[in-house]
Amino acid sequence: MIMIFGIPGPLLFGQLLLGLINGAFYAMLSLGLAVIFGMLNIINFAHGALFMMGAFVSWMLLNYVGIGYFPALILAPLIVGAFGIFLEKTIISRLYKLDHLYGLLLTFGLSLVVEGLFRNAYGSSGMPYRIPDLLQGATNLGFMYMPNYRGWVVLAAFVVCTATWLIIEKTSLGATLRAATENAPMVQAFGVDVPRLITLTYGGGIALAAFAGVLAAPIYSVNPNMGSNFINTVFAVVVIGGMGSILGSIVTGFGLGVVEGLTKVFYPQASATVVFVVMVIVLLTRPRGLFGKAA
Amino acid sequence: MFGFSRAQTVALVLMVIAIAVLPYVLYPVFLMRVLCAALFACAFNLMIGYVGLLSFGHAAFFGMGSYVTAWTMKTWHVDASIAIALGGMTGAALGALLGYLAIRRSGIYFAMITLALAQMVYFFCLEAPFTGGEDGIQQVPRGYLFGFINLANDMTMYWVVAAVFIGGFLLVHRIIHSPFGAVLKGIRENEPRATSLGYRTDDYKLIAFTLSCMIAGLAGGTKALVFGIATLTDVHYSTSGEVVLITLLGGLGTVFGPALGAAVVISMENYLAQFGAWVTVTQGVIFMICVLAFRRGIIGEIGAKLKIAL
Repeated sequence: MIMIFGIPGPLLFGQLLLGLINGAFYAMLSLGLAVIFGMLNIINFAHGALFMMGAFVSWMLLNYVGIGYFPALILAPLIVGAFGIFLEKTIISRLYKLDHLYGLLLTFGLSLVVEGLFRNAYGSSGMPYRIPDLLQGATNLGFMYMPNYRGWVVLAAFVVCTATWLIIEKTSLGATLRAATENAPMVQAFGVDVPRLITLTYGGGIALAAFAGVLAAPIYSVNPNMGSNFINTVFAVVVIGGMGSILGSIVTGFGLGVVEGLTKVFYPQASATVVFVVMVIVLLTRPRGLFGKAA
Repeated sequence: MFGFSRAQTVALVLMVIAIAVLPYVLYPVFLMRVLCAALFACAFNLMIGYVGLLSFGHAAFFGMGSYVTAWTMKTWHVDASIAIALGGMTGAALGALLGYLAIRRSGIYFAMITLALAQMVYFFCLEAPFTGGEDGIQQVPRGYLFGFINLANDMTMYWVVAAVFIGGFLLVHRIIHSPFGAVLKGIRENEPRATSLGYRTDDYKLIAFTLSCMIAGLAGGTKALVFGIATLTDVHYSTSGEVVLITLLGGLGTVFGPALGAAVVISMENYLAQFGAWVTVTQGVIFMICVLAFRRGIIGEIGAKLKIAL
């Protein structure tokens, strides 16, 4: 058996993989938060609740309609994204002229409503979601056994994050989006329908959260609290990365997941708090965040 | 009187009368819960209403105050006054420490940082041996106040809680109406200008945050003494959310809003408790209604109708 720093190799790599998986969720969620914040200037507190909804919709599709994992991976984000668009159109859009804090309060209320409703309907014990047959089993990588599904989650998250980054940085739609983030009235003057762009951005950010939710369903049990367990850590990730850069939130998300995984190996007691400790260090040395622009 | 306007004096007298009469009509333990929540909300309101900073982590200070009071009562069998004072001091110390980090950013970041720091405190409490983990600290004796007042009786306890609340309420009012409070409001309205006038705005914010956390710790300690229990719920972020809701519903930046908000929210929780998660749903709906249609809160709307500041 390989030993690394006195730790058995498989244990180290196993925790690294777990860290990467958590990091994948941090990356997808903080990416969505950053994109939404850029366009709407609100912190979407409901992000965790909508992530949870993604997992629940995939569970419902399977158990009520018989639609399996892979179609759900497309359908659930579309359904939850449409719900997000509905929310933006009906309530969130009323707040754009107000202090940003009201957006935070409204979406916090929204998350309470969504979580409460699901808790009423399904209890809080959680329901299992089977790993699809195609991704069952494990692969021997030589230095460790990797459960196929976990590898798939890291891969899928990486692809989706990269695709989002490419869309925002390299396409003309992304250029319009970035321009509208900088100066919305000017972009509107050029004939772009900025309100629709804002709506679609919110929908897109929510779809991303729901996609993460579907990926999470087979790993964590599908339960109403799965979003709020994540979202507080994701806020710390956002503070560490700073919300200025798309790439920044992806790198920070994955990076902190790995840091968390490593902490589990070397000092397990601190694994729940290490992200917050990193946040404290970043606040002391670089208050605007690792990738943040000067305020 | 005491920096209160005439209308506020009337409201204050009404509030004191209500505090004096209600325990003969309603269950005192329920009223004590309201008063603790009201004091907690007054502390929170000091930050959001007068410094303009939304702390989403005030449960950390409330909860740590609660733990320390419960622990000292149970382990050291100290006087109730010392245990509550230690709760307040714990809140202040933790507030100074976390505030030093949080005031480096403002607005939405301040909210996220306080939330994250409070989450760290939550995980600390989950792991630390003295908090009793998932069980919390249970069966805390109420003990004696000043060595001779036995607090085991609910009515005796009630008058002590009422005194702590009114003391805290007047303290917050005194802070707001002092020259220090005037600077705070100046920072809220225009921080660059306050800086250019020579005020070290960070120092002011930190002192205000520390005072707010001290009162939150005091409220937590009192709560622990009343119910004889300190648990993870006290440091959980839902408690932070609850105090935001109370203050928002009562009226951000109003003098009497937090107290009225506490009465409404705690009554609602009390009567809806049998319906399980519907409490959460109702709270969420109230949040949304307040933000969408009702941003001044109950007291703020009444004040606006009567054209007075309450």
